[in-house]
Amino acid sequence: MKDMDSLLIARGRVVDPASGIDQEMDVLLRDGRVAAVAAPTNLRGQAKRSFNAKGCIVAPGFVDLHVHLREPGQVHKETIATGTAAAAAGGFTSVCAMPNTVPVNDSAEITRWIQAPERGALVKVFPIAAATEGSLGAKLTNFAALKRAGAVAVTDDGKPILSDRLMRDALRAASRLKIPVVQHAEDTRMTAGCSMNLGATSFRLGLHGMPNAAEASIVERDIALARATRGHVHVAHLSTREAVEAVRRGKKARLRVTAEVTPHHFTLVDENVGDFNTHYKMNPPLRSVADRDALVQGIIDGTIDAIATDHAPHAFHEKQVEFERAAFGITGLETALPIAITVLHQYFNLPLWRIVELLSSNPAKIFGFGGRGTLAKGAHADVTIFDPKKKWTFDASQSHSKSKNTPFDGWSFSGKVVATIVGGKVVYEG
Amino acid sequence: MKPRLLSLLGIQQLTTGQIESILALARRMDPSRPSQLLHGKRVALLFYESSTRTRTSFEFAAKTLGATTTLVTPVSSSIEKGESLIDTGWTVASLGADAIVMRHANSGAVYLLARYVQVPIVNAGDGMHQHPSQALLDALTITNHKKKLNGLRVVIVGDVYHSRVARSNAELLSRFGADIVFSGPPDFVPEVSATIAPGVTACHDLNVALRGADVIMALRVQKERLTGKDISVEDYIADYQITPQRMKLAKPDAILMHPGPVIRGMELTSEVADGPQSCIHEQVRNGVKTRMAILAMLLGAAR
Repeated sequence: MKDMDSLLIARGRVVDPASGIDQEMDVLLRDGRVAAVAAPTNLRGQAKRSFNAKGCIVAPGFVDLHVHLREPGQVHKETIATGTAAAAAGGFTSVCAMPNTVPVNDSAEITRWIQAPERGALVKVFPIAAATEGSLGAKLTNFAALKRAGAVAVTDDGKPILSDRLMRDALRAASRLKIPVVQHAEDTRMTAGCSMNLGATSFRLGLHGMPNAAEASIVERDIALARATRGHVHVAHLSTREAVEAVRRGKKARLRVTAEVTPHHFTLVDENVGDFNTHYKMNPPLRSVADRDALVQGIIDGTIDAIATDHAPHAFHEKQVEFERAAFGITGLETALPIAITVLHQYFNLPLWRIVELLSSNPAKIFGFGGRGTLAKGAHADVTIFDPKKKWTFDASQSHSKSKNTPFDGWSFSGKVVATIVGGKVVYEG
Repeated sequence: MKPRLLSLLGIQQLTTGQIESILALARRMDPSRPSQLLHGKRVALLFYESSTRTRTSFEFAAKTLGATTTLVTPVSSSIEKGESLIDTGWTVASLGADAIVMRHANSGAVYLLARYVQVPIVNAGDGMHQHPSQALLDALTITNHKKKLNGLRVVIVGDVYHSRVARSNAELLSRFGADIVFSGPPDFVPEVSATIAPGVTACHDLNVALRGADVIMALRVQKERLTGKDISVEDYIADYQITPQRMKLAKPDAILMHPGPVIRGMELTSEVADGPQSCIHEQVRNGVKTRMAILAMLLGAAR
């Protein structure tokens, strides 16, 4: 019977940064775990089924630290089932679900509800719980109870934890539990009424713009608090050159500061908003060319730890409105890998193993997901197989997500997910 | 073949040839002589924001050419009940509007409408973004007094940041080689404002900006926009009000313009508003002519 639950991934190029492997090998999965990684042909005949991965990269399953699955409460945008189907199609075997649901996930009860089998998740869902009750920024939630229920981090994402005292207390409490505080770094006192980045484009379009300082000042403050508390601050969706520099300095000072970047922020700039295209409206907003270049540099030099999508589905009627009234955010799960390969690998020459690191081993490591983000023997049998050379055109109407709000509809990419395996089971085959 | 004008959304979308055609046609329009050029055409005036001058101007323009007009406002309509802009636009078009003239508080709203509704759209002002018919009537006014736009020094004074008139005028005048100077306190004239078009500069000292000016364009300044800013109403008046003394800094034949509504004692004094160099009334008259030309072109009744 054990053989029935085994799978041999044969003849692929295994890229496992955590184990220092980048060569052609076979991977044997058995009983939901990695049973062996060995030179080609050595494992033949040890599994009932085999998957021919010739010409493909075999990587530890991707981990997305930042998705909005919208459930409970906003199922017209997405459900855990549809969101994780999109994740599977994008090669993500684990996703971290943000708490800005309706109601806000600020309780152990909702945290458990999100993880219940009835939700029909296709990939592993790690809830991130609210840092303050109702994410209202007044009173901290019970981090210990939330962690026991399965929360892997705390955040008020969508909003910042603005109060200095509250952020300090959050870092202290989270530090005792060894979980990160994820910060949506935006000083909202500087961004009220703003719908894009502050710059020449916002002036020309007559839109109020968010200054870089609104992000950078919060990141600077949080790093100072990380120093004072020895807590772990994880900066969500980094978007400005000043904030990249702040994180770089924090790392040099050996503080517990980590950061993620979205594919759209290292690819697009504010000018792409064009004639008020709401598919280019998100928060943080697309920034200037200098900011975009600083993000790429931050990826290359290791300042930025992870690529996260900030997958933010919205229904058509929430985007097909006046730009200033349109919802912030875009979907991203199915385009993250192809953008990373097309932009970072092909254009900026970032090696493929670095892309695997940014999408898999690094995010797993910084959030403490033991046995994930690696193909070491005994690890969870979460595997992403992708063809880095495959050319294809993304058609948003074919997306697995319930929502189609993406600026990348019709874009041609190199690099496509061929198969996604969660716990030894193939959940997506492209 | 010249590309046919389908909608008037902003100055950027117009070719230089299209701008010249509109101005040439506007010069030939005579609001005192009604015609039947647009007989049977229906023009919907979709005004999400209150407006006296622009709305009346478009209405007179349409009616002078024989078209009928209907005013649609948010109050006591489906808009108040939560109908989306696209649905309102579809409804107005399906009811038989041949063109929609829209005023809206959100920048870019007119682009949304034009993407989904297949009738000519005229932007009568969208948020802080564009007011193209105003820039066209201003160009008509300037060319009535100056031989050409190329090389003119045009000083635009006041709350440039919030002004769709400033943006549209800068883009249009820049296209014809004018030098545009934005002047006002830093909150109203941020450095980035100079990036809007070639030949645009920002100058926070009005007395410097006015030197050698051919055209002075004062913008409306709302007192409430000064609250919380680095400058008080008193200081604004002291530093940026157009006075007879300041008029002397400009060229002797300089003209004074204002898109209205004029707040006397704020942006300018009554002496200046009613003085010999003031073209404010002429602007309003040219507004009707220019809008007649715009509607005639968009509705295919003019070559």
